[in-house]
Amino acid sequence: MSELSWINRWSLAALALGLSVGQALADKVSTFALDNGMQVVVIEDHRAPVVVHMVWYKIGAADESPGHSGIAHFLEHLMFQGTKAVPPEQFSKIVAAQGGSDNAFTSTDYTAYFQRVASDRLDLVMTLESDRMRNLNLTQSDVDTERNVILDERAQRTDSDPGSLLSEQMAAAQYMNHPYGIPVIGWRHEIEGLSRQDALDFYHANYAPNNAILIVAGDVTPQDVLALAKKHYGPIPPSDKIHDRIRPSEPPQLAERRLVLADERVAQPYVVRNYLAAERNSGDQKDAAALTMLAQLLGGNRATSVLPRALEFDQKIATYTEASYDGVSLDQTTFTLAAVPADGVTLDQVEKAMDAVLDQFLKTGVDAEEFTRIKAQVKADQIYGSDNTQGLAHRYGMALASGLTVQDVQAWPDLLQAVTAEDVMAAAKTVLDRRQAVTGWLQMEGAAQ
Amino acid sequence: MMVRTLALMGALICLALPLRAAVAIQEVTSPGGIKAWLVENHDIPFTALNIRFKGGTSLDASGKRGAVNLMTALIEEGAGDLDSQAFAAARDGMAAEFGFSSDSDGVSVSARFLTETSAQATGLLHLALTQPRFDAQAIERVRGQVLQNIASSAKDPDTIAGDLLSQAAFGDHPYGSSGDGTADSVQALTRDDLLAAYHGALARDRIYVAAAGDISAADLGLMLDKLLGDLPATGAPQPADLALTAKGDVTQQSFPGPQSTISFYQGGIQFEDPDYFAATILNEILGGNGFSSRLMNEVREKRGLTYGIDTSLAAYEHAELLAGSVATSNEKAAETMQVIRDVWADVAKNGVTQKEVDDTKTYLTGAYPLRFDGNKRIASILVGMQMLGLPVTYPAERNAKVEAVTLQDVNRVAAALLTPDKLTFVVVGDAVGVASGN
Repeated sequence: MSELSWINRWSLAALALGLSVGQALADKVSTFALDNGMQVVVIEDHRAPVVVHMVWYKIGAADESPGHSGIAHFLEHLMFQGTKAVPPEQFSKIVAAQGGSDNAFTSTDYTAYFQRVASDRLDLVMTLESDRMRNLNLTQSDVDTERNVILDERAQRTDSDPGSLLSEQMAAAQYMNHPYGIPVIGWRHEIEGLSRQDALDFYHANYAPNNAILIVAGDVTPQDVLALAKKHYGPIPPSDKIHDRIRPSEPPQLAERRLVLADERVAQPYVVRNYLAAERNSGDQKDAAALTMLAQLLGGNRATSVLPRALEFDQKIATYTEASYDGVSLDQTTFTLAAVPADGVTLDQVEKAMDAVLDQFLKTGVDAEEFTRIKAQVKADQIYGSDNTQGLAHRYGMALASGLTVQDVQAWPDLLQAVTAEDVMAAAKTVLDRRQAVTGWLQMEGAAQ
Repeated sequence: MMVRTLALMGALICLALPLRAAVAIQEVTSPGGIKAWLVENHDIPFTALNIRFKGGTSLDASGKRGAVNLMTALIEEGAGDLDSQAFAAARDGMAAEFGFSSDSDGVSVSARFLTETSAQATGLLHLALTQPRFDAQAIERVRGQVLQNIASSAKDPDTIAGDLLSQAAFGDHPYGSSGDGTADSVQALTRDDLLAAYHGALARDRIYVAAAGDISAADLGLMLDKLLGDLPATGAPQPADLALTAKGDVTQQSFPGPQSTISFYQGGIQFEDPDYFAATILNEILGGNGFSSRLMNEVREKRGLTYGIDTSLAAYEHAELLAGSVATSNEKAAETMQVIRDVWADVAKNGVTQKEVDDTKTYLTGAYPLRFDGNKRIASILVGMQMLGLPVTYPAERNAKVEAVTLQDVNRVAAALLTPDKLTFVVVGDAVGVASGN
């Protein structure tokens, strides 16, 4: 049973990183694996009698076969349609009956299910979640009803929202070959064609312990979680259909792409630009750390960072600016800039002003005082982040489902602290290349620009 | 195996979950007389502080709609010697977090600060609360942001529906319009208007304070005197209570797109009402949490008409309502509204079942202790409890109040509270055949 023995990493990590006792207590992370390949992470927080139980499958929308966009998300909905033991639509009711809450979400790289319950009900939610890992029962009428729900969800979240439509179009333009160009919810015409058999095929191929990560966070001990995980997930056989996640990669991007989406429902025009950017890779997160700090310097503070200072405070040409980057991604991700023009300013003017600010930033470099403040905040984020156990669980789940390890997650704060001004400028010069960018304008129908 | 487990769960239901010492609330009175609630926990080296000034946007003077909202947004835009950017730099240098927001019943201030910089952080927060600058440049910049929010809201179906509902329900009372104000009213606000709003809204006669985290009762008392002790003793008078209007009609506003957003409401129930907990259980069964409500069953699960539908009991300081919302495709809007009316009428007439009541009680009593995880959540909850006039013992007693409700109570309240003929709809979208037949 040696492979079942858990390694308590937090105490070593706390010493190595020089963390305070408080942080270490609030961020006690253990990790181990079951015989069938299921990875388990336990995050202890004994302040309240609450536990969050999550299962993350390493399968997402970017793993769908051509013509079947939306099947990962469709299956996520159908996972609530019951098993032989649990009648349709009863899963959430059983959890709610215990005072708990549950939900699920699908991304390009993962599909995750979670419940939040009193810590003495962990056995119950593990019983339910392990049951539906193998025993899903789908009737044709449930599938047909749920397809309508998803079409409504798409209508509500995407088709009714010009900003979402622009994002969708921009992703499609950004990724010429990689499936990140396909929306997670799916293209409407393909959702309409998704069948019960499509869902079952996707389920049987991908939902297995050796393709899943179990995260349990809250008022639990690793020993108790290990015992429960062995009991509920241990007997489930691994799948032999799990392959390495190698997706079509991007060819060199040589030409800038530009889009204009005009819609009568647009209230506030804006310009947004996505640059292709490196993601965090296991053991290789330095570039992503520099990009993270770059995003903070350009837009992390609403008053003092580069874009708001220049465009909102000094030039008063924009009322809102943004720089964002999230390196947690299996494949190449994007670095985003956006600006909302002030009254009477055109999108062309605000975009040109934004580019002038970026050119200036590349010449003048990093503001040392701002950089120091950002590092203080990054350090404090670890402490504030410990207050939210579900947030911690989410952070580990996302990372592990996106190709990172527990060590990578724990190394990340120190990597951010170690980023130098030179690292940031090197990252800026690499990423801010309009030949690898998509620029989108959202504007009112008929507006002159 | 599963079947046996499910049977066992019946037994689990009876276990009342005890509230741990984690929510042991201390009542603190500062040397200067400011009262606060505290949950002390030294596991993580920071403190979450939550302060609420009762009144909020409802204190807007006549013709000055949006003044409290704009004023609140400007509190962090410079104070004392520090202009907007210097203030942000000082705050970030000590990694403190401040939040300022307003709603129809209060101005909220939330803060998180590290133990190692708590004195500097509360000093800076004190500066913001007592010496906000309201610089002309900051006013114009934030006014521009507010005006854009107002323009965006005018094209957001959810916000339009919410505003139409408020207007129908509350008329000329401040609750009847958006606290953001209109483009015209915000455009007209002067610096003096903002100063008047500031003096009216932030005063010691309307203050509720809670803290959770790495601080002792003695230290909290000293901190509160420094932070709040020199605020003015009194502020603007609070608005009057009002009677809600619910005519049972349908208001429709056209909106382009395939979907319609539907909001609906009728009169609610006061928190002080002895039947409040019965009404809470009724609302949960009707359209509450957990994917298990009557409306969710009928509208989503049986007919696939929507992605989600919910209802809630909204208890404001001066009015209360039972309201819900749903979005559906234009061609299904009329059917969706009929299903809602039918469910309303059925529950009013035939009541609910013992099982529904039992299940809801289990849900409510099980969910309650789960709220108290994390300093930030605890501080926020504790302020809300004080505004409702609850005692510190409430968390320990609350589940017993839920358990005491019987099926007869819920059905009596359903018959009295639910008024299907007064269920009033607002439809934002191009749905056909939904307007009142008149």
